[in-house]
Amino acid sequence: MKVLMFGWEYPPHVFGGLATANYGISEGLKAQGDIDIALCLPHPFGDEETHAARIIAMNAVPIAWRDVDYDYVRNRVGNIMDPDYYFKLRDHIYADFNYMHVNDLGAMEFAGGYPSNLHDEINNYSVIAGVVARTEEFDIIHAHDWLTYPAGIHAKQVSGKPLCIHVHATDFDRSRGKVNPTVYGIEKDGMDNADCIMCVSELTRQTVINHYHQDPRKCFTVHNAVYPLKQELQDIPRPDHTGKEKVVTFLGRITMQKGPEYFVEAANMVLQRTRNIRFCFAGSGDMMEAMIYLAAQRGIADRFHFPGFMRGKQVYECLKDSDVYVMPSVSEPFGISPLEAMQCGTPSIISKQSGCAEILNNCIKVDYWDVHALADAMYSICNNESLFRYLQEEGKKEVDQITWVKVGTWIRELYMRTLGWV
Amino acid sequence: MKTICLYFEIHQIIHLKRYRFFDIGTDHYYYDDYENERSITDIAERSYMPALNTLQQMIQENGKAFKVAFSLSGTGIEQLEMHAPQVLEKLQELNQTGSVEFLAEPYSHGLSSLANEETFAADVKKQALKIEEYFGKKPTVLRNSSLIYSDDIGAQAAALGFKGMLTEGAKHVLGWKSPHYVYHCALAPSLKLLLRDVELSDDISLRFNNPDWDGYPLFADNYINRIAQLPEEEQVINIFMELSALGIAQPLSSNILDFIKALPACAKEKGITFSTPSEIIAKMKSVDNLNVPDTLSWVDEERDVSCWLGNPMQREAFNKLYSVADRVRIANDPRINQDWDYLQASNNFRFMTTKPSNVGLDRGIYSSPFDAFTNYMNILGDFMSRVNSLYPESIDNDELNALLTTIRNQGDEIERKDKEITRLQAKVEKMQAEEDKLHAKLDKVKEAPKKAPAKKAAPKAKKADA
Repeated sequence: MKVLMFGWEYPPHVFGGLATANYGISEGLKAQGDIDIALCLPHPFGDEETHAARIIAMNAVPIAWRDVDYDYVRNRVGNIMDPDYYFKLRDHIYADFNYMHVNDLGAMEFAGGYPSNLHDEINNYSVIAGVVARTEEFDIIHAHDWLTYPAGIHAKQVSGKPLCIHVHATDFDRSRGKVNPTVYGIEKDGMDNADCIMCVSELTRQTVINHYHQDPRKCFTVHNAVYPLKQELQDIPRPDHTGKEKVVTFLGRITMQKGPEYFVEAANMVLQRTRNIRFCFAGSGDMMEAMIYLAAQRGIADRFHFPGFMRGKQVYECLKDSDVYVMPSVSEPFGISPLEAMQCGTPSIISKQSGCAEILNNCIKVDYWDVHALADAMYSICNNESLFRYLQEEGKKEVDQITWVKVGTWIRELYMRTLGWV
Repeated sequence: MKTICLYFEIHQIIHLKRYRFFDIGTDHYYYDDYENERSITDIAERSYMPALNTLQQMIQENGKAFKVAFSLSGTGIEQLEMHAPQVLEKLQELNQTGSVEFLAEPYSHGLSSLANEETFAADVKKQALKIEEYFGKKPTVLRNSSLIYSDDIGAQAAALGFKGMLTEGAKHVLGWKSPHYVYHCALAPSLKLLLRDVELSDDISLRFNNPDWDGYPLFADNYINRIAQLPEEEQVINIFMELSALGIAQPLSSNILDFIKALPACAKEKGITFSTPSEIIAKMKSVDNLNVPDTLSWVDEERDVSCWLGNPMQREAFNKLYSVADRVRIANDPRINQDWDYLQASNNFRFMTTKPSNVGLDRGIYSSPFDAFTNYMNILGDFMSRVNSLYPESIDNDELNALLTTIRNQGDEIERKDKEITRLQAKVEKMQAEEDKLHAKLDKVKEAPKKAPAKKAAPKAKKADA
């Protein structure tokens, strides 16, 4: 089975959670043995992992005919695309796009990541997708997140193949209900045209059904998973805090969606009772200053630490140094980070409004607004060794069972159903 | 001749309320009054009253041919006293028929038998006393909370003077043996054991209303036929369950009460009788001893204590709770004792289980085992600090006990001396009185000569006058 997949980011160049999920899904599908993936990325760097998927660099796909020779192409984009493939694509240009900002190869540049002209980039991406879809041979289309939905629709119209879209988040999650009409429009259009909608949690699935008015019969829940920790990360030692100060950690974007204020309020309650706990507020975001201010206002700034944005190994060092990981998200489509914390052996407290709460049992779940319960849970893990140990051991066992291969099997099943091959 | 021993457990816990860690030290009331009232009223209405009415009718209709046994936990009695006294009145009425036996069990419905011998003994005695108060008879047969039993517990029960005990006819203990005989405890031959017939009991209490079950629908004649078809030598069929099985676990709409009601008539046809546990224990001889080195109970597939003590959280809570057992007993403070009874209830530990179970578990206000653990530990934290604040923590239990004994002895001595003093005082008073009397006599004697002449003189005077 050949899959044409549209993605936006891919490891090792991670901007948000999408890269990790896309990578996991590709690897999981690859492990099925009979699936070939052609993955379109707007701005690959040439050092992407190509084990699971053949990467098509969208910024090297010609959409206007240029008379260039083989060596020139190899020199220009050889690191990201085979020149033969360039000429093959050039044979499938379907309209004259010279009026657009095309370069010397007839291709369009992408900034990569999430720039301010995101809407233009989304549009360009779908234009290019038309060329790719005419060139490639495939059975099914799989588009990740709203950025790639227009490309998916275009590919479907060109090829007549079924379209699966993967909803990693909706604008309802990002904006606490105040949706951006343009984004909503793109999302809705993608869902309306999709033959199969894969949602990362039942929570998201319900949003898709109720707010985007989709037929429940084509909406399926495909929970995310985690990759086993690399040996290097597994080897990071876990400091023993028995009888010492405990560390409670929040790690993520400090934005409205993540509920940081509930973390501060709960921490305040804990500190009223005991001074033996420190709080680590890692990450950055538009609410960071407000949170520093709030902590100061509550008079707990001496116990509160803001180490800022963390990447790579730092994240795992921070998680391993923590006794409790807290994710009080107001609305979280899935939320892979508690799974990562549990991999590190750190007990997690997550909000019931998170998608991952649907598949996790060995963690504490509270309503994000219930700061009393949140505070109680933090205090309990820090003070009851048996609870800490139980959540640590059983939590790790539990997440070790949540693998991308299982996710791949389920997605393959959904492909087969969509194609009517079963 | 075969006989059926029908026994029902009546137990409800005092529900704990949502107790946050910041309540520790400020709030010493741990109970959810609303939930207590709601649940017991509901159960009394939907299960206890209809079931007891049916049993009463059965006794009236069948005379001495139908007998039944109950046990009530102390906390259950307290709940009924407060919110559903009609259930206790009904039980007293049943008691007057003479066809009902009441058994002993730990007051708290707790796990003290696994932790502390003295606490267990006190727990059982307290309940036995309460049963005697209500029903006028001291129980002679014991059933431990959730039929928890091991050789050691059997020996303790025998030491407490019980003649018999009920427990589970667990397959892993019985092996090829049948539960339809009377056995005795391996460590205390005088203690006879009645073993629950798991299948026949669960057919009623777990499966009666389950249409997916092969035996559905269950009729009284089929049921009794199955008992009648057992080999001739297997004479005792013990059917034990919670009373709430009739009405709650199996709804009244399943006509379970009609099924129960039809049992005596069907049994009579087949020559099967009903007996109370103490009758069986008095009549039947034990066929063999039963070796139970590992604790068993009537809960879950494993029939062991893993649903209360299976995970480290449960064990920590259990160990913490019983770490103050001696101190609670020594302190003997009324309010502490009350909380102690309520906190011991095994249900509190069951809420923390992480085991998958095919019997649905209602965790009440708790959303997860971790939630249950957190709440319980918060309460326990407050309770323990109260217990410890009664006497300085620096004094260990032995020392404290010694000191308290000294104080008690001194108290006794003072009392004795007080008595002595009063006795002596009385003596002194008596002697005083006697002395006074003597004085008076003496005075009289002294006065007499004076007076006598006077008296004599008077007539003389009269005479003289005359």
